[in-house]
Amino acid sequence: MADFRYRDDQPHEEPAVTLDAFLEQPDATAVRLEAGEDARRLIPFLDRLQLIEISFPRFRDGRGFSSARILREAGYKGELRAEGDVLIDLLFFMRRCGFDSFVSQHSLNPADVEAALNRYSHVYQNATDEAVPIWKLRHG
Amino acid sequence: MYQYDKYDQGMVDARVEEFRDQVRRRIAGDINDDQFKPLRLKNGLYLQLHAYMLRVAIPYGTFNSVQMRKLADIARKYDRGYGHFTTRQNIQYNWIKLEEAPDILAELATVEMHAIQTSGESIRNISADQYAGAAADEICDPRPWAELIRQATTFHPEFSYLPRKFKIAVISAPEDRAALRWHDCALRIVRNGKGEEGFEVYAGGGMGRTPFIAYKIRDFLPAQQIFSYLQAILRVWNLHARRDNIHKQRMKILVHELGEEEFRRQVEEEFQTFLALATDFPQAEYDRIAAYFTPPPFETGLGDEIDRSDPDFALWVDRQVVAHKVPGYAIANISLKPIGGIPGDISAEQMDIVADLAERYSFDEIRATHAQNLVLPHVRKADLYAVWQALDAAGLASVNLDLVTDIIACPGLDYCSLANARSIPLAQKISERFANMERQLDIGELKIKISGCINACGHHHAGQIGILGVDRKGTENYQLLLGGSGAEDTSQAKITGPGFDEAGIVDAVERTVERYRELREPGERFLDTYRRVGLDPFKEAIYG
Ligand code: HEM
Ligand code: SF4
Repeated sequence: MADFRYRDDQPHEEPAVTLDAFLEQPDATAVRLEAGEDARRLIPFLDRLQLIEISFPRFRDGRGFSSARILREAGYKGELRAEGDVLIDLLFFMRRCGFDSFVSQHSLNPADVEAALNRYSHVYQNATDEAVPIWKLRHG
Repeated sequence: MYQYDKYDQGMVDARVEEFRDQVRRRIAGDINDDQFKPLRLKNGLYLQLHAYMLRVAIPYGTFNSVQMRKLADIARKYDRGYGHFTTRQNIQYNWIKLEEAPDILAELATVEMHAIQTSGESIRNISADQYAGAAADEICDPRPWAELIRQATTFHPEFSYLPRKFKIAVISAPEDRAALRWHDCALRIVRNGKGEEGFEVYAGGGMGRTPFIAYKIRDFLPAQQIFSYLQAILRVWNLHARRDNIHKQRMKILVHELGEEEFRRQVEEEFQTFLALATDFPQAEYDRIAAYFTPPPFETGLGDEIDRSDPDFALWVDRQVVAHKVPGYAIANISLKPIGGIPGDISAEQMDIVADLAERYSFDEIRATHAQNLVLPHVRKADLYAVWQALDAAGLASVNLDLVTDIIACPGLDYCSLANARSIPLAQKISERFANMERQLDIGELKIKISGCINACGHHHAGQIGILGVDRKGTENYQLLLGGSGAEDTSQAKITGPGFDEAGIVDAVERTVERYRELREPGERFLDTYRRVGLDPFKEAIYG
């Protein structure tokens, strides 16, 4: 179960398999990407997948942000979970890159999480979320 | 000059509150120092040897009198009465208390300033030609693009936890005053055959322990597609950078390891992805930003003559004043390199004086340069004498632009915890050795750049004479390098041979200079002579 989940559907219970295992047996519906694994290899299977977990072994390792965006941009609609060294200050960016659930190795205070996610009322650029960039607000 | 609207203001205000909260969580012990470090670094707060250092962004080096006065206030109130202009057109304070840092950011926000992304593994403050909007040789003002890129790359969700820092520079003139190709990504605005604006794009430059000069990866990128292209570059690097060794994570290493061709191919492929996402800012937004950079109301019909009857003033004019694109106006360079001074340092009182002069004589604009000097970009030639008198009275009228005493130096062992050797005292000694004005003028252009360690904050790789502090069996030692350039003829300096102690390196610099004077042909700068004759004649002079 995710610590923080921002989806309305039922949580997916099947354990996530590794990318290699998944590619050998692509009938699994949940897969886990380690940092550095190529998210694009999942693109042919996105319709079938219900959970993709992306690992953040160290908060400094930001590869997962690109992986998440690549999956969302390719049309993935299922749960996208960030797992590992997930710190409060990453959450806002993670949400914007398409993550909608978090499992952190730290115990995150829900009030701090709320504050961090709502800190910025506007954004400067498009990402994979619904936020309207400031340039668009400026020009109606 | 750009002005914040409610959105820009809202961003920096929210940032102040976020940082206040992060400091609170750190002081309360909710996060440890390892977790706090990247957060403070995203707000320009470094831990140095004796105190915290705060780096404040001056986007593309442009600021005004209100901002300068605020910088002076902060120097008085939170520091020791001075600030330090850096090689990336920013300003740093060296004696900051962690508890006060959020208040400083709050004060900065009141004058549309911030410290966002001035350090850490982020897309850094964008640097630009300090003469932008004034230079006689530019094809357009590069700052609207720099501002657009600033916004597009601020709090970028995908690229806020990069493998390493990422530095962008933008210019639009054939003369390179911004050390363009020493940046991770370098942009030069050009026009194509149809007269359309676009960017020549270079990637993979950088100094540090493994210096690289950026390769050109695009001859012409339609200007409106710049954000897509930057994101493509950033994504290729973010996905494929090495992660095993902090010293090999800069983009320059990836570009080098993949090879120029393969890197370009991957960027072009990713570029198509981004184009399809339509994330580029529309023309209307560029136009909105550009409207803030319309030229100030220059007077017409002004004369170009300057009364040179005061010889000290004439000397200053000949060295510090540069051609402006509008008749009757001039660009005035303010040296922050007095003989024996600390390069880039300026007192709060001097900041106030520069602010007054900018307001009165330069359409309220000031520029910071990567050589750690300041510029009043739009001065009427008729006002130059008054400006000079005020600068002279404030100790700001040194005459040495690009001369041997116009030294770039990093903070070195006086402040920096990474240093091997002191940089500032060495800069002071060299400057004193060459104090004589006639001698300086006779030597001509000679750019000395000093770093206290291999990280190269003092640009020693780009020094016509570079000096690198190393640690030799526990004592400070200096290596001498020759032949670098951060200008349009970019080149990397080469090490001459064994290093020197502090006295020895000053002598070695002097012997280098004297050998140049023997060898030069008429009209040759130091760099020209060096390139013609090579390293050997200099080695001979230095090591005998
Ligand atoms: C005292 C605190 C400072 C610390 C701890 C520090 C640290 C570093 C480090 C570790 C690097 C190497 C980056 C790399 O190779 O990836 C670097 C590069 C650099 N720093 Fe600093 N620095 C400090 C102050 C400054 C100052 C005061 C300036 C400006 C005067 C400056 C300007 C630069 C520049 C221009 C580079 C070279 C950029 C490049 O590698 O392309 N730094 N710094
Ligand atoms: S070059 Fe080295 S000594 Fe100088 S400021 Fe940078 S890290 Fe410190």
